[in-house]
Amino acid sequence: MKVAIEVNGQPSERDVEARTLLVFYLRNHLGLTGTNVGCDTSSCGACTVLLDGESVKSCTVLAAQADGCAVTTIEGLSTDGILHPVQEAFRQHHALQCGYCTPGMVMAAVSLLNEHDDLTDADVREGLEGNLCRCTGYHNIVKAVLSVAGQMPGGAR
Amino acid sequence: MSILGNRVLRKEDPKFLTVGGTYVDDVRLTGALHLAYVRSPVAHARVRSIDAAEALASPGVVAVHTAADVDLAPMPPGAPFVNMAMSRPWLAETVVRFVGDLVAMVVAESREEAVDAAELVVVDYEPLPVVVGPEEAVEDRIVLFPEAGTNLALKLPDEIVPFGMAKAEETEVDPNFFDGCEVVVRQRIVNQRVAPCPLEVRAAASVVEDGRLTHWSATQAPHGVKTTLAQTFGLDESEVHVIAPDVGGGFGAKMGTCPEELLVPWVARQYGRPARWVETRMESMMALGHGRAQIQDVEIGGTREGEILAYRLAVLQDAGAYPNFGALLPMMTRMMLTGVYEIPKFGFTSRSVVTNTNPVVAYRGAGRPEASAAIERAVDLFATEIGMDPAQVRRRNLIKKDAFPYTTPTGSTYDSGDYERCLDMALAAADYPALRAEQARRRQAGDVRQLGIGLATYVEITNGVPGSEFGSVEVRPDGTARVLTGTSPHGQGHETAWSMIVADHLGISVEDVEVVHGDTDLVPRGVGTFGSKSLQSGGVAVHEAAGRVVEKATELASELLEANPDDVVLDKSAGRFHVVGNPTAGATWGELASAAGDDGLSAESDFTAPGPTFPFGTHLVVAEVDTETGMVRITRVVTVDDAGTILNPLLAEGQIHGGIAQGVAQALLEEVIYDDEGNLLTSNLADYTMVSATELPSFETTRMETPTPLNPLGAKGIGEAGTIGATPAVQNAVVDALTHLGVRHVEMPTTPLRVWRALSDTEAKEAQ
Amino acid sequence: MIPVTFDYERAESADEAVALLTEHGEDAKLIAGGHSLLPLMKLRLASPSVLVDVGRLDGLSYVRDVGDTVSIGALTRHHTLETDETLRREAPLLAAVAGRVGDPQVRHRGTIGGSIAHGDPASDLPAAVLALDGQMVIVGPGGERVVAAGDFFGGFLETALGPDEMLTEIRVAKSPGGHAYQKFVRRAQDWAMVGVAVARVNGSSAVALVNMGPTPLRATAVEDALAAGAPAAEAAQLADRDTDPTEDANATRDFRRHLARVLTRRALEGAGVP
Repeated sequence: MKVAIEVNGQPSERDVEARTLLVFYLRNHLGLTGTNVGCDTSSCGACTVLLDGESVKSCTVLAAQADGCAVTTIEGLSTDGILHPVQEAFRQHHALQCGYCTPGMVMAAVSLLNEHDDLTDADVREGLEGNLCRCTGYHNIVKAVLSVAGQMPGGAR
Repeated sequence: MSILGNRVLRKEDPKFLTVGGTYVDDVRLTGALHLAYVRSPVAHARVRSIDAAEALASPGVVAVHTAADVDLAPMPPGAPFVNMAMSRPWLAETVVRFVGDLVAMVVAESREEAVDAAELVVVDYEPLPVVVGPEEAVEDRIVLFPEAGTNLALKLPDEIVPFGMAKAEETEVDPNFFDGCEVVVRQRIVNQRVAPCPLEVRAAASVVEDGRLTHWSATQAPHGVKTTLAQTFGLDESEVHVIAPDVGGGFGAKMGTCPEELLVPWVARQYGRPARWVETRMESMMALGHGRAQIQDVEIGGTREGEILAYRLAVLQDAGAYPNFGALLPMMTRMMLTGVYEIPKFGFTSRSVVTNTNPVVAYRGAGRPEASAAIERAVDLFATEIGMDPAQVRRRNLIKKDAFPYTTPTGSTYDSGDYERCLDMALAAADYPALRAEQARRRQAGDVRQLGIGLATYVEITNGVPGSEFGSVEVRPDGTARVLTGTSPHGQGHETAWSMIVADHLGISVEDVEVVHGDTDLVPRGVGTFGSKSLQSGGVAVHEAAGRVVEKATELASELLEANPDDVVLDKSAGRFHVVGNPTAGATWGELASAAGDDGLSAESDFTAPGPTFPFGTHLVVAEVDTETGMVRITRVVTVDDAGTILNPLLAEGQIHGGIAQGVAQALLEEVIYDDEGNLLTSNLADYTMVSATELPSFETTRMETPTPLNPLGAKGIGEAGTIGATPAVQNAVVDALTHLGVRHVEMPTTPLRVWRALSDTEAKEAQ
Repeated sequence: MIPVTFDYERAESADEAVALLTEHGEDAKLIAGGHSLLPLMKLRLASPSVLVDVGRLDGLSYVRDVGDTVSIGALTRHHTLETDETLRREAPLLAAVAGRVGDPQVRHRGTIGGSIAHGDPASDLPAAVLALDGQMVIVGPGGERVVAAGDFFGGFLETALGPDEMLTEIRVAKSPGGHAYQKFVRRAQDWAMVGVAVARVNGSSAVALVNMGPTPLRATAVEDALAAGAPAAEAAQLADRDTDPTEDANATRDFRRHLARVLTRRALEGAGVP
């Protein structure tokens, strides 16, 4: 079946099996390997992307379900080479080590910040409850997200 | 002004944050075959038949292979000293020994087709009795390897004393061991099986071209993989090229190789096509390898004044079905047995046994968290028994700061340390008296939510088996530098750290230093990254190589400038050599490199540390325990960690944070659970409660620096220390919250059920 | 990780969805948010041969004040429920519970209809709907029918929905007063080990239990005791009456019973029930 999905502002169209998950559409059909697969029970969030501006676990969305929608992946987050505030904050605060959870964590954080202006430490932790990281212990991730809270360009992407 | 010691942001990050890393599964290969494994759903069975007919007829399937097809010499043993009758076959020959054991391999044109076909392979199993618990396994009634005649996993040679492990006489239990002790406390402790859970599961890919094998591996040790591949396939090492691209975490579990990975090049060679494999998370939970899995009997004795006189530990190590590094963990435990304390008398026995479970491997700390968890628990039990504050008991027994280098009764020579100062700093940072006061207030008031304060004063061994690590530095005609390192970082930030070392020596900026790792064609030799060894081996190698490059450059500059070498200085701020007193007569790094001739301007070093180093610290955890529901909330984690001279505090803190999280996770949340039939109940990240952000507070970490004399950087390792301190601190905190209610021990993880049971048990006892 | 192959159909209306289900029979399943079904399919615990996608029926995503009740379109996503002003005002328990389902990513996709139709006693929303005297509006080949929540959940993953029927709307009682949801979890993203939802509905307290049996359950013994004038702490002791909790790695039956009692007391306190 054919699916057409706008990815990072660019139209895409591919012939896929119905069972093709969005994460595999992105990785295998479009070659956007920034989004990673980390589990098989929708637990880890490494596959998080924005679907029509909202964070979703792309391993739990069929490409067919995203047909006609707009997806943003980590590769599409910075504009004209300028890092998104969340990307910049992650760097400033050493919020990544091996990098595997990072694209999903960043996209989840972007969505969280788009939806909330005021965030406490606890709010951020709860907001990232769907994203697992084994390297950082979350400490610097929370710091990075808090540093951006309240400073986001308004509105969802 | 040296850049060393500064919080330099990571050079690695821009890539990870914008396009993501390139992990093995991201590597593009055209025309690759995909492997999917058929694994045993039963824990112990004879394989009566394998029927692949339906699978072979499935679309896209190229082949289905079983043990008979694999024409390779047996795999090398998983670790030294393992019982050779317990070797692991490539694929099951006649018997499967754990749920997840390999039975067959499907090769297909796509991953989907391989997975579809794997389901169609029909295997007829004849169940055998299952032994899951090590206490049952050690009885040898159900034996996994009849040829071995026992489930004991190790055969220790009579002559060699590996890792300081003593021989037979230590297994005798001395009935007079605690003579002279006014108080003796005993406790059985389970240091439970956990899953390493790197976010990236295992993956491998191979291409054979013009007789050369190129192999991508999610490994911590690419050169080790290269040697193994050469041996396995009878190749010269020059015919093998291993690449560890970006690797998504390892934590010790990706230190070695596994049959799943080694069969990928076998397929590539069989079919003359690229081959690739990536496991699912469920497969990883079943078969990557588990950590810890010790049953410990601790005994501690001393005076009522709080002096510890004797400490004895008996370890029963679960090795899993095929002995691997996990079987050796007790040796590391023994090395760190007495921890930070002066304990005159020790006893240690251990046995490692096979069981019908996933093999146990190295996992962050590998034997040392087990040691500190045992002794820190023992010290708290001792403190409770004599009614003394646990901080006070620790202080009484700490090795004094003037005692270093200090050789412990089990033969470890601690290089440097100041344990009392560390304890004081931690207690001050936590405001210990205020915590005790709050605890007392809640006890008085009978609050539902009680407060527990848990301490752990730890010391740990890093670079435990010092080997030689390679580093080289080259300056190029364009004035930039190129470092080749034998380390293999997978999150540790070596590109930044080694750049800092070069920048410090050469005055070339961090941005202009390229660090190459993980490619055996580019880096001639290397050990890899594990055991918290990289900075104190590979980093020092880079340091030495950089120093030699400066010497060479000075020589070269003196020739070019026609000056005495003693009169030539390097102005690091300008990256330029010049004659003292005559700054106009000079040469830049680029000019020198251009003038250096065919050999270029470079130097290399193979550095072997004279011995392991011993970082140490104090972890203090505050836990709030809901006495009605058993829920434990960790409200504070206060740590003081000393890993010698710190090169980059940003990176060091990151390592501590990660270690703390895994340490808390073991004490609070995580446990691999098999049922009596050997079925894995925690086979995914929903059932295995891998720690998430909501269970952890932000950490209050403080640094102490007591340099080691063992290397010129003064550096010890830091990667694993967090688990070694945090786990016992959490467990002690949970028990501490409940001691006034008669609870003396709660096993890990301290789940609500366990806490509730501990409280119910004591209530029941009191009622009697 | 990779589901078994299936055919995919997209329905443009509820009636079309029903027609497709009828056409393809027992092996066809509806997919809305997909967060109950896809996880099962990826583990190959479910392998329907046809998926009928109703996820785009935006006309079935709404929250409406309808006098005594609030009507919610079956395809309303959890995130919408969490933030909808009408719902937060008129049936705040439901909004609060929707905000506790899974994690933010799950809440952006999962739908109330999908959750209710799945019939998992460990899910959060079925208990909340049960507490609020929910009415399920079902369309099938025979037309539309309404089933009360108490009759809707038949057993573990079993509901009154026939294989060719679709949930289109859920109606809950207006309950603008005190409410509370106690969700006992070890990690925030986990399924509830035990959960207790409390709301003030039409002058009395409704108490519903998560994961205390094969279906969500009303704690009728507690409700009756409260109605008879018992204080909350005392009534809460009856929370595990007529329940049938399971035993697993997280909890024994006894521990679940104990938790039900403690959490019911806390939920009643949180809802301001004296």
